[in-house]
Amino acid sequence: MALKVLVGCKRVIDYAVKIRIKPDKLGVVTEGVKHSMNPFDEIAVEEAIRIKERKLANEIIVVTCGPTQATETIRTALAMGADRGIHVEIPLDQMDTFQPIHVSKVLAKLAEQEKVDIVMLGKLAIDDDSNQTAQMTASLLNWPQGVFASKIDKTDAGLEIIREVDGGLETIRTTLPAVLSADLRLNEPRYATLPNIMKAKKKKVVKMTPADLGVDMAPRIQIVSVEDPPVREAGQTVADVDDLVAKL
Amino acid sequence: MRGLPQLLSRAKRVRVGFSASEPVLAIQAGILQPDKFTQTFVQLRGLQSSNVISQAPLAAVADTDSGKQLRQELEAIVGPGNVSSGESVVLQHGQDEGPHQGKSPDIVVFPSSTEEVSEICKICTKHNIPIIPYGTGTGLEGGISAVDGGVCVNVSKNMNKILQIHQEDFSAVVQPGISREMLNQEVRADGLWFPVDPGADASVCGMCATGASGTNAVRYGTMKENCLNLEVVLADGRIIHTAGIGSRPKKSSAGYNLTSLFLGSEGTLGIITSATVCLHAIPESVAAAVVGFPTVQNAVDTVVMTLQCSVPMARMELLDEVQMKACNEYSGLSYPETPHLFLEFHGSESEVESQTETVRDIAADNDGGEFQWAVQQEDRTKLWTARHRAYYADIALRPGCRSLTTDVCVPVSALPDLVTATKADIAEHGLIGPMVGHVGDGNFHTMLLFDPADPEEFRKCKEVANKMARSAIALGGTCTGEHGVGQGKMVLLEEQFGKDGIDVMRQIKGALDPQQLMNPGKVFSRN
Repeated sequence: MALKVLVGCKRVIDYAVKIRIKPDKLGVVTEGVKHSMNPFDEIAVEEAIRIKERKLANEIIVVTCGPTQATETIRTALAMGADRGIHVEIPLDQMDTFQPIHVSKVLAKLAEQEKVDIVMLGKLAIDDDSNQTAQMTASLLNWPQGVFASKIDKTDAGLEIIREVDGGLETIRTTLPAVLSADLRLNEPRYATLPNIMKAKKKKVVKMTPADLGVDMAPRIQIVSVEDPPVREAGQTVADVDDLVAKL
Repeated sequence: MRGLPQLLSRAKRVRVGFSASEPVLAIQAGILQPDKFTQTFVQLRGLQSSNVISQAPLAAVADTDSGKQLRQELEAIVGPGNVSSGESVVLQHGQDEGPHQGKSPDIVVFPSSTEEVSEICKICTKHNIPIIPYGTGTGLEGGISAVDGGVCVNVSKNMNKILQIHQEDFSAVVQPGISREMLNQEVRADGLWFPVDPGADASVCGMCATGASGTNAVRYGTMKENCLNLEVVLADGRIIHTAGIGSRPKKSSAGYNLTSLFLGSEGTLGIITSATVCLHAIPESVAAAVVGFPTVQNAVDTVVMTLQCSVPMARMELLDEVQMKACNEYSGLSYPETPHLFLEFHGSESEVESQTETVRDIAADNDGGEFQWAVQQEDRTKLWTARHRAYYADIALRPGCRSLTTDVCVPVSALPDLVTATKADIAEHGLIGPMVGHVGDGNFHTMLLFDPADPEEFRKCKEVANKMARSAIALGGTCTGEHGVGQGKMVLLEEQFGKDGIDVMRQIKGALDPQQLMNPGKVFSRN
């Protein structure tokens, strides 16, 4: 009965960093910039660990698709309490064309290979704001999806999930296996402590490429341009209402 | 430029406190190169006079030209975009988060390096203009108010790097623009944290300047215990390292303890341009607990016994019944309106469990009520909501009011008496004054609410605050536990230290800042 959970996490530019556009206007500057785990993925990892602490799951596999540095992201997840990691390596120069559709195919393949019961993702990544991967993964696997989850409970038949939607909260029930995505209020992630960071160094991380999983990397979307938002113009003070009307 | 006449008249004013002033004047006008004897002479003289001046450079020029000259000289150092005398800018830089009305500086500069700060100080020394260091402006005692106008040196805007993080040595070197939350964000991935938590997201260097403390002090210490070295720019532009250049050992017996001298000096001895601070390991397990008591005495007895049992408490906060009422109303909680202790335990899972058991028993022995506790992050946050939102809950008791937040610290055994006496005083003056205390240190705050449009009410609050501080001093405590002296507590400081104590402080100030330019009007009055 113990579940196996596959958690996806992504290495993104840290949320506190000031973003600068590259001179070629096709992307943002990433070199020398601070990166960390996508905040929604931290919440996903935390939820997976809590499911294990409640003795509902017995193994958490964390997977990331990214360049060599993405191993740090896996180590953070392992330090939080995941059991082992899979690093699908994408060369740095191919990161720009590596898109949610490719990630979904990788996750779907791994979910089948590892025979997991739950695929747990963050609802979106803060760099591209796509909010597509969980849904496409579910579709590829033909599994039910519980996205924007703010509460996850196990039932006899599967899962009961409360989702955050525009109108409020929606409660759904799904069977297992299922794909879930974490919303902000699902939990508050724990900090990695030094003893756990040390233990994490001994946990296994396996490397592979998308080709190993039979995923083709051809981009489906072409980025045309990336631009700064328009610069705010200086405000003007007006003397009185007439002045304001004249200016308008 | 607003305030410029005041600025210039200060520079032109010739205040000679002693005879034989020619060498002093000549040296400061850059005419005479001081030999070793004259240097010592000047410094010794500086000790006795608080009003050494410079005169020649500005006296000959007309008013507005002088102001332009100063601005030009500052722009030459930091660049034209980093000098401002705009109304909203100077207004912001003279007002902190306390209840006192701050005075705006004449001009604000935003240096980008320690060398620029040094050059700015040299210019101000040359023209005899006050220097006010500025971090995040989150102080509560009017420490950044430019009482004599002058140049406000905002060291946090452009100097905002973490210079070094030493994970294995548990230390970090930061510039003034790094706040404690920024530092924590940076080091938490390494399993480390910076535990001094004064509430506001203050600049770490600013926290060194005020000797800040917070809710974790009972276990992790205050800023004083967590600072290894400071890089300081003196009024004359000299740059020193208080524990040695690049030094960051955990202990040292080398030379005078300059780090301690500058820590808590509130910008009156120099500008802190970088701080080497201690980091700690993030605890493996954290538990939070809340328990109510019939009286403050019961709560304090619990605290004393807990400390006597050597329970390594991480946080011990006392909220009185007025505060609990405010929290109930503001956050929609339903705690009984009696004094409560808010507790936090750090350690391994087993340690935290046994600590919690011990304290639960002690609380029960002291007539403690229901002992609520939590381990999960969100549950702990919820449990501590009352404490986290205390200040806002207080302000909500009387919408539109502001708070005079007092800050005294006494030996823990004296706390119940002081709290009882203060409550009686507050009632007598017809004020509202909820209390929050870092009870493990004997440090507590009352938020005395006043209507900003009612000077009489403010006067009453000041009276209660001063009486409390005097009682604290009489009980073997101090007139300020964490917030600093600023302007509001200068008289109390003299009462606490006596004439000779204050005179020693004045002598040190005179030696390091003979022209009395560094943040004038703070900590102690001029002669």
